[in-house]
Amino acid sequence: MSLFDLLGLEVLGFGPRGWGWQFLAATGMTVAVSTAGFLVGTVLGSLAAWAKLTGGRVVRGTADAYTTVLRGIPDLLVIYLFYFGGSTLITAINRDWFGGQGFVSVPAFVVGMLAVGVCNGAYQAEVLRGAYLALHKGEIEAARAMGMGRWLAFRRVIAPQVLRFAVPGLGNCWQLCLKESALISVTGLTELLRQSFVASRSTREPFLFLTAGACLYLVITAVTTVAFSYLERRAMRGIRRA
Amino acid sequence: MDLGFLWEAVQRIVPGVPVTLQLAFLSVFLGLWLALALAIMRLSRILPLDWLARVYVFVFRGTPLLIQVFLIYYAAPQIPGIRSTWAWIYLREPYWCALLALTLNTAAYASEIIRGGLLSVPRGQVEAGRACGMSGLLLFRRVTAPIALRQALPGYANELILMVKATSLASVITLMEITGLAHKMISETFRAIEVFIVAGAIYLLLNFVITRLVAALEWRLSPHLRRVPHAPPSIDALR
Repeated sequence: MSLFDLLGLEVLGFGPRGWGWQFLAATGMTVAVSTAGFLVGTVLGSLAAWAKLTGGRVVRGTADAYTTVLRGIPDLLVIYLFYFGGSTLITAINRDWFGGQGFVSVPAFVVGMLAVGVCNGAYQAEVLRGAYLALHKGEIEAARAMGMGRWLAFRRVIAPQVLRFAVPGLGNCWQLCLKESALISVTGLTELLRQSFVASRSTREPFLFLTAGACLYLVITAVTTVAFSYLERRAMRGIRRA
Repeated sequence: MDLGFLWEAVQRIVPGVPVTLQLAFLSVFLGLWLALALAIMRLSRILPLDWLARVYVFVFRGTPLLIQVFLIYYAAPQIPGIRSTWAWIYLREPYWCALLALTLNTAAYASEIIRGGLLSVPRGQVEAGRACGMSGLLLFRRVTAPIALRQALPGYANELILMVKATSLASVITLMEITGLAHKMISETFRAIEVFIVAGAIYLLLNFVITRLVAALEWRLSPHLRRVPHAPPSIDALR
């Protein structure tokens, strides 16, 4: 007898009539695709921030174009581009280079991860760039004076401090990422929103299941907010605030 | 790249621009009033009101907009008896459902921006207003609101751009705005890249124009922050 049975909501529980396991799996999928997208975004964002800070005119221009364009167009459009464009591209490559036949579709998870990552990278680039600019020049000079090379200085001095300053901004990017992941449901990936929709369709209880889905999103948001504020406190423990 | 196809895409997607702009501006305009109410509730120091606004903001910022759209579009008809009320005239139309979802969503974000603006009004200004004998609504209208508005404007410009982007979700509930038309065209022609370029360029253009307009408004509203045009002292003044 679980809590849901007591409330007369056994459809939400883990029993034979319940959707509990499906929702649990879908929540896991949402967390997985958001995390994967966030990491892709971190890689792209770091590259773009680096390009903006130290690149020549062409490299900087490319990075500027990337962050401006991706922050100015809807994420849904990017997802459609990756979903339809990716399949078209891979089908063409398969046909022309490998002599393959038929239509090849890109897995929805990969589409989602890349689309969310590319969008999120544009935001993360700005956060990381701001964090780098908040770093004292003296720190880098001191590292140089100690005889550290570029890479060693980056690993020991620059990266840890940039990350420290970037934690609050990255926390916001994560929340964006999490909410963006809901849009991937249009590609048919069974994440939380898709699962809520499917369950509400097959039981004709949209209110109950969409609310359940929304509550699970709130749980993920709340847990990760707490986690990020812990990280922030930890990262800032050596800094005295005014 | 096939220029003929691009032009065809432009012709087919541009008719979605009015719907996108309408949704974005209407929701931001309607959301502003709700946001103002929420911000005042947060600052009211009346605990139940404060918490109500907090919960509202947490719920609407903590869940994806798409699930809010779905809740209104698919779940609202389930409310007992709603079909016989006046609300049903609106809630059965995807346009009004999208507008309602966007309005409720933007209000949550905007209330935080406005709260920041209201908190940034210097105490001295309010005291000066009181010293001149203003209070209540008059003080708010003449002193607090204009200063807060100016402070909040850059944040509000961001929100406006986010809303232009957010209107794309209306396409999921069958509204034919820019993204809806683009999606339709992609699934008919399977030429995702060209259609994406056209639709993306339209969004970028809209957002660019909006940023310029808000920047111009910001410039107009902050004459006191502009640098005084530098005029060399005339000889006559030195004599």
